[in-house]
Amino acid sequence: MKKLTSTLLLTSILAVAANTASADTLSSVKSKGFVQCGVSTGLPGFSNADASGNWKGLDVDVCRAVAAAALGDAGKVKYTPLTAKERFTALQSGEIDMLSRNTTWTLTRDGSLGLNFAGVNYYDGQGFMVTKGLGVKSALELDGAAVCIQAGTTTELNLADYFRENGMKYKSVTYDTSDATIKGFEAGRCDMLSSDQSQLYALRIKLKNPGAAIVLPEVISKEPLGPVVRQGDDKWFNIVKWSLMAMVNAEELGVTSKNASSMKSTKNPSIGRLMGGQGEKLGLGDGWAYNIVSQVGNYGESFERNVGMSSPLKISRGLNALWSKGGLQYAPPIR
Amino acid sequence: MSDHDSDLKPSKPAIWNDPKYRALFFQIILVIGLGYFIVSIVDNTLSNMESRGISTGFAFLNEPSGFGILQSLIEFDESHTYGRTFFVGLLNTLLISGLGIFFATFLGFIMGVARLSNNWIVAKVATVYIEIFRNIPLLLQIFFWYFAVLASLPGVRQSMSLGAGIEFNNRGLYVPSPVPEDGFSIVFWLFVIGIIATVFLARWANKRQELTGQQFPVFFSSLGLIFGLPLVVFLMMGSPLSWDYPALKGFNFQGGVSIIPELLALLLALTIYTGTFIAETVRAGINAVSHGQTEAAMALGLTRGKTMRLIIIPQAMRVIIPPLTSQYLNLAKNSSLATAIGYPDIVAVFMGTTLNQTGQAVEITMMTMGVYLTISLTISMFMNWFNKRMALVER
Repeated sequence: MKKLTSTLLLTSILAVAANTASADTLSSVKSKGFVQCGVSTGLPGFSNADASGNWKGLDVDVCRAVAAAALGDAGKVKYTPLTAKERFTALQSGEIDMLSRNTTWTLTRDGSLGLNFAGVNYYDGQGFMVTKGLGVKSALELDGAAVCIQAGTTTELNLADYFRENGMKYKSVTYDTSDATIKGFEAGRCDMLSSDQSQLYALRIKLKNPGAAIVLPEVISKEPLGPVVRQGDDKWFNIVKWSLMAMVNAEELGVTSKNASSMKSTKNPSIGRLMGGQGEKLGLGDGWAYNIVSQVGNYGESFERNVGMSSPLKISRGLNALWSKGGLQYAPPIR
Repeated sequence: MSDHDSDLKPSKPAIWNDPKYRALFFQIILVIGLGYFIVSIVDNTLSNMESRGISTGFAFLNEPSGFGILQSLIEFDESHTYGRTFFVGLLNTLLISGLGIFFATFLGFIMGVARLSNNWIVAKVATVYIEIFRNIPLLLQIFFWYFAVLASLPGVRQSMSLGAGIEFNNRGLYVPSPVPEDGFSIVFWLFVIGIIATVFLARWANKRQELTGQQFPVFFSSLGLIFGLPLVVFLMMGSPLSWDYPALKGFNFQGGVSIIPELLALLLALTIYTGTFIAETVRAGINAVSHGQTEAAMALGLTRGKTMRLIIIPQAMRVIIPPLTSQYLNLAKNSSLATAIGYPDIVAVFMGTTLNQTGQAVEITMMTMGVYLTISLTISMFMNWFNKRMALVER
């Protein structure tokens, strides 16, 4: 018995020691054969599993783009649904390779959580949703209201700031998941629901009667949402960052999933660099960006398909249009 | 002679064959191994977190939290520190555990005795209650009560008035809160003195009964001491107490004391669920007392009530208390399911929001585990003390 204990002890010590050595996410992804991607527990348009269990959404497309770049197949992704509370711990502990879960980029998160934000795939801002019956036109009329929010988000902090700034009082009812939050709102536990505006639209279609709720015009915060990786693995950080950049650059250059193969033989040098050549600088194969665009599509396609006018959410491009079209989406050049 | 004796003694074994030293040797090895294991885990964690740029230490406890909490027993707003969120959560956990233990014990004892009742209906009602609620997972029951409570109650504008200024709606139960005026403190202190006096009275009455066999009506005199006297003084002073009634102002009821639906639902679920286990424990305890005891008590002319109170229950308690302790521990730990419906207990507030805003998972998780360990050990210690008191005193 004692012998067994000491053997066990020794092996576990060795296991702990061995565990600390591996920090190279790309090789571990390659040897596993898939990317383990942290997503939300269900947010239509961003990351949501459909009836047959396939994950779809703007955030999911980032995971797929990374898989296409790293493994050559956008389908080689395994998804881990995470609540807002669980997400950073899951990434820090190595349970997931990357997090793409409508996560706001802030200084605290970047600086003290051991994480790196790899860009912004959606520029958002926090807003309020109320029932029409309340007769409220502006968030400034909401003094003393009860607010349903999701735990572990920047929402909680912005809300407190906004109400303090305007000298108003509120009661926050904090739920674990977005599903519970919308249920609480629907049951009348709160006067309003506060979250990122994109989420408000996504959650509204989960209501039994979506027409009964309106989103107020106020946007009270900046919420740049983007994919996140662990600190200390710059190679993987670059891959995730440039997978997203490739999608934005592709839109800018007019390369879509449909014309990608014909664009391969183009004379345009910018498109040429996107379609092949720069891979080894990232530690990837030559066709990394071609794989992304042909299998996932460019940023604009992904936006339209998941949250844009051809989706139930019908969100306009707004801040998320390309910089050349009056928005903020701007990717450094591939060269 | 002595030479012979020493020949017969077994020769002393080599030190590595001596079982005593062997045992000691392996124990030392085990302790060293374990120590190394712990040290290397801590060291590894710290150096890994350092290399990944994750902050460590407890400095975050002094930073302002910047978020609001739904229910707080102490003063709290966004400008208070993360350290204070710990105490807010802790007090909310203690509140729900304390209330839950009280009501579950009450319900459990009634149902446990009822299940043994000779009355067919009473016994069956208790059986059905126990068998249904014992066999449904607690989390489902919490969801059921929460959404049932929320869904069935009227909205805040159609609030149900239960009389005496009590309002009930899907934002909670609103009760008028007493506002003491000048002189009310006299009434309050009389009440406290009444309680203390009752304790001494009970002791004196006990002693007298043991010496002389004469009984003293302790129950009624203590009622008079605790409630009667303060009430008379209260009325004589012209009722120095006013009430703050809850009233609908803006979006919600203001004033009075509000009991949030999250607390109600959680309390209901914990009470009903744990009550079933306590009921079975009580039934087991009562069944463990031999029937001869009842017959003997009856033969001495004790009434049924007195038989139960003075003969059966004291003996049953010895069987009941140890498993009852486990149920109390379960209830305290199960209260952490609060996070599912948004009741701000320590797991929801401190391990939820605070952890997420600061990202210091290791420190916060350890603090929270420490809290549950402390609560559980305190309950255990108290129940062990109580058990010793109730145990059979052998003379």
